Amino acid sequence: MKEFKILAVIAALVGITYYGIEPYAHHIMHPEVAPADFSFKTLKNVDTTLAGNAENGKVLVEANCIACHAIDKAGYPAIMPNADAAASYGVVPPDLSSSGRIYDKNYLANFIFDPVSAMHLEGKYTPESGKQFPMPAYNWMSPQEIMDIVAYLQSVTPKVTEGKETNKATFEAACGRCHDMKYAGIQATTPKDNLKAYMGATPPDLSQYIKSRGEHYLHSFVNDPQVLLHGTSMPRVGLTEKAQEEVIAYMEEIGDSKKAERESLGIWVMLYTFVFAILAYLWKRKIWSEVH
Amino acid sequence: MAEFKKADSMLEWFDQRLGVVNFVKVMMTEYWIPKNINFLWAMGVLLTVLFTFLVVSGIFLLMYYKPDVNMAFDSVNYTIMQEVAYGWLFRHIHAVGASVVFLVIYIHMFTGIYYGSYKKGREMIWVSGMLLFMLFSAEGFSGYMLPWGQMSYWAAYVITEIFGGIPVIGDELVVWIRGNFYVSDSTLTRFFMLHVLLIPLAIIGAIVFHFYALRFPHVNNEEGEFFDFDEEAKKYLAGNKKESKVVPFWPVFLSKDFFVLGFFMLFFFYLVFFHYNFAMDPVNFDKADGLKTPAHIYPEWYFLWSYEVLRGFFFEIAGVSGKDLGLMAFGFANAIFLVLPWLDRSPMVKPANQRPYFKYWFWFLMADLIVLTVYGKLPPTGANAWVGFASSMTFLALFIALPFITKAEAKKVGGK
Ligand code: HEC
Ligand code: HEC
Ligand code: HEM
Repeated sequence: MKEFKILAVIAALVGITYYGIEPYAHHIMHPEVAPADFSFKTLKNVDTTLAGNAENGKVLVEANCIACHAIDKAGYPAIMPNADAAASYGVVPPDLSSSGRIYDKNYLANFIFDPVSAMHLEGKYTPESGKQFPMPAYNWMSPQEIMDIVAYLQSVTPKVTEGKETNKATFEAACGRCHDMKYAGIQATTPKDNLKAYMGATPPDLSQYIKSRGEHYLHSFVNDPQVLLHGTSMPRVGLTEKAQEEVIAYMEEIGDSKKAERESLGIWVMLYTFVFAILAYLWKRKIWSEVH
Repeated sequence: MAEFKKADSMLEWFDQRLGVVNFVKVMMTEYWIPKNINFLWAMGVLLTVLFTFLVVSGIFLLMYYKPDVNMAFDSVNYTIMQEVAYGWLFRHIHAVGASVVFLVIYIHMFTGIYYGSYKKGREMIWVSGMLLFMLFSAEGFSGYMLPWGQMSYWAAYVITEIFGGIPVIGDELVVWIRGNFYVSDSTLTRFFMLHVLLIPLAIIGAIVFHFYALRFPHVNNEEGEFFDFDEEAKKYLAGNKKESKVVPFWPVFLSKDFFVLGFFMLFFFYLVFFHYNFAMDPVNFDKADGLKTPAHIYPEWYFLWSYEVLRGFFFEIAGVSGKDLGLMAFGFANAIFLVLPWLDRSPMVKPANQRPYFKYWFWFLMADLIVLTVYGKLPPTGANAWVGFASSMTFLALFIALPFITKAEAKKVGGK
């Protein structure tokens, strides 16, 4: 009985200390932020209830977008090699094959209308800065035309099945122009020097970010980097919740590849230890019955 | 050479040459431990086991780790964690073990303080224990640098910088420790050497010494009772096991330790597999970058209390800068436990709760250390800084007051 009392005192002291240095300190150093907004409801430049016409969208895309963007799955290859594209635009314009699937519809329409405000980069591209976002704003198009483009991009997006391949493809499409994933052998399509000049900061290799930042942080950060890293040059990329989950799942596959093994082995080791503890207890009872 | 007759058994063969029968008696079956002890007396064996875990997992890590600033991070986070079969397991055991070993050391230390096991003949046990604490601290600190993450780098930077505050030789001392003007490759390689060779050797030596120091005074017991061990041992050997106040180390004492160990290991493996962030700080999964200071720099949890004593003094008092005051207080905090046996002037060897004054001192100290630990992690701004100052002052005051408190206690109890 007395030993249980001692155990309870120790558990209480250790518990208080643990609470202070882990959950409490974490809460103080990383205050909760507004929940992620996957409907991008502050973007209202384009009326997204309009039904788009993919045929018409195709014409508009051919006229306006493929000078910069490849759409491999629709038969539009890149006009120039990555190094040249990076030199021209600062960053390699992403292939738009999966854009109709990975970007939220409302975000995508508003991005085409005005990329800077959709990406939350007004802080970087102020009139005084003299900087110009490399992709033009299509605010001269009618909402209908923009929705036609969106409809077209959605129509060319290939059907995907859930799994590793898709996770990887989503990561490459959404983040691959800026970030390396060294532990998967993936290099950003844009060369480092161009990125540094274009972004003002080198985008980090994301191999271990699932560990260093954790899922909770990434969930908010990727949805809107400004919320957690105010003033950062990393753009809001406008992924749907599903696509963002795929990206984070990929980061986990690469950064914490032994997770499944760890968790299943853990159960067995604990079971084994439990059996050891019970046997040790029985042995102790037997031995001590002779001396007490 | 002595005459050797032909041995009848393998045991006898070895006994003739190594005296194993006597050795086992002296070390195990006739090494006497008081019967009146609780599970807190199993901490020493827990520490021995944890140290063994650390050595074994460390050897596995050593096979793939590369002590070079360009390779260290990936050798740990890619090669060991993801490529090598069960490399992650060894790393988790090593990192969590290093953290938990301190938890058990603290429980062990405060058990010693609570039961007064550091005085009246047990001074050398205590001193050798403190030596182990210091060596483990150095081991923990040097090991934390090896993965070369952000926290490795910046904690190393901040802690080595502390030595710069020592008068006259400070600046040169920092360079001497780092092997460079800043924390760099030479710092990493020398801390690697310390971590895998010199300090472990010293620890093994200190453990042997600690065990040896236990031999003559014997371990204390729950009531702080002094009795004649030879007398009690005789009773035990004569078969009066129930009457005797002692039990042999093997199998009686160890059977209880194994039982405690079993449940402790269950907790330990839970941490290893499912709850390891407290020991493997997420920030350390960002590679070291000398140009990018993390928003919050803090040492491992077991150094937080003394780190807070260092930070607690943040303003000038009587012309001495806060930094210098902090450094002095930090030096005091790290050395003071060593002389505890001589600060306690009361002759009582009893559990703290049976000592009229000491009990208040003990629980005050525990509370203060917890406050220091928690505030050692929080950012030292606003009210936090003042809590840090107050709890640091309390810490100093507690130790300065101890001789007086215990002297008064000695008077009250009159030589008991
Ligand atoms: C246009 C380039 C660009 C794209 C696209 C991009 N990032 Fe970034 N990202 C950056 C830059 C630049 C930084 C560094 C920001 C800084 O330090 O302020 C960064 C930083 C980060 C960080 C670190 C944040 C921190 O706490 O330090 C994470 C995590 C991250 N990006 C994830 C992603 C993910 C996931 C994607 C794809 C969904 C993505 N990024 C797409 C440029 C980009
Ligand atoms: C002058 C070249 C140029 C033209 C023309 C252009 N873009 Fe872009 N686009 C870019 C560049 C460069 C980026 C990457 C910018 C960055 O990440 O900072 C980009 C990014 C994008 C993205 C990714 C947005 C995100 O959140 O990550 C989409 C979608 C996109 N463009 C669609 C289009 C569409 C649709 C058109 C035609 C209506 C178009 N672009 C025309 C250069 C161009
Ligand atoms: C890894 C390091 C250590 C190991 C392996 C170790 C091991 C042991 C063992 C096996 C015992 C006997 C059983 C017991 O009472 O638990 C013991 C006793 C003791 N140790 Fe340690 N110890 C370590 C560190 C320390 C430290 C840091 C201190 C504090 C300064 C300390 C102080 C003591 C004291 C005072 C006793 C005697 C307890 C008593 O008489 O009741 N030890 N140690």
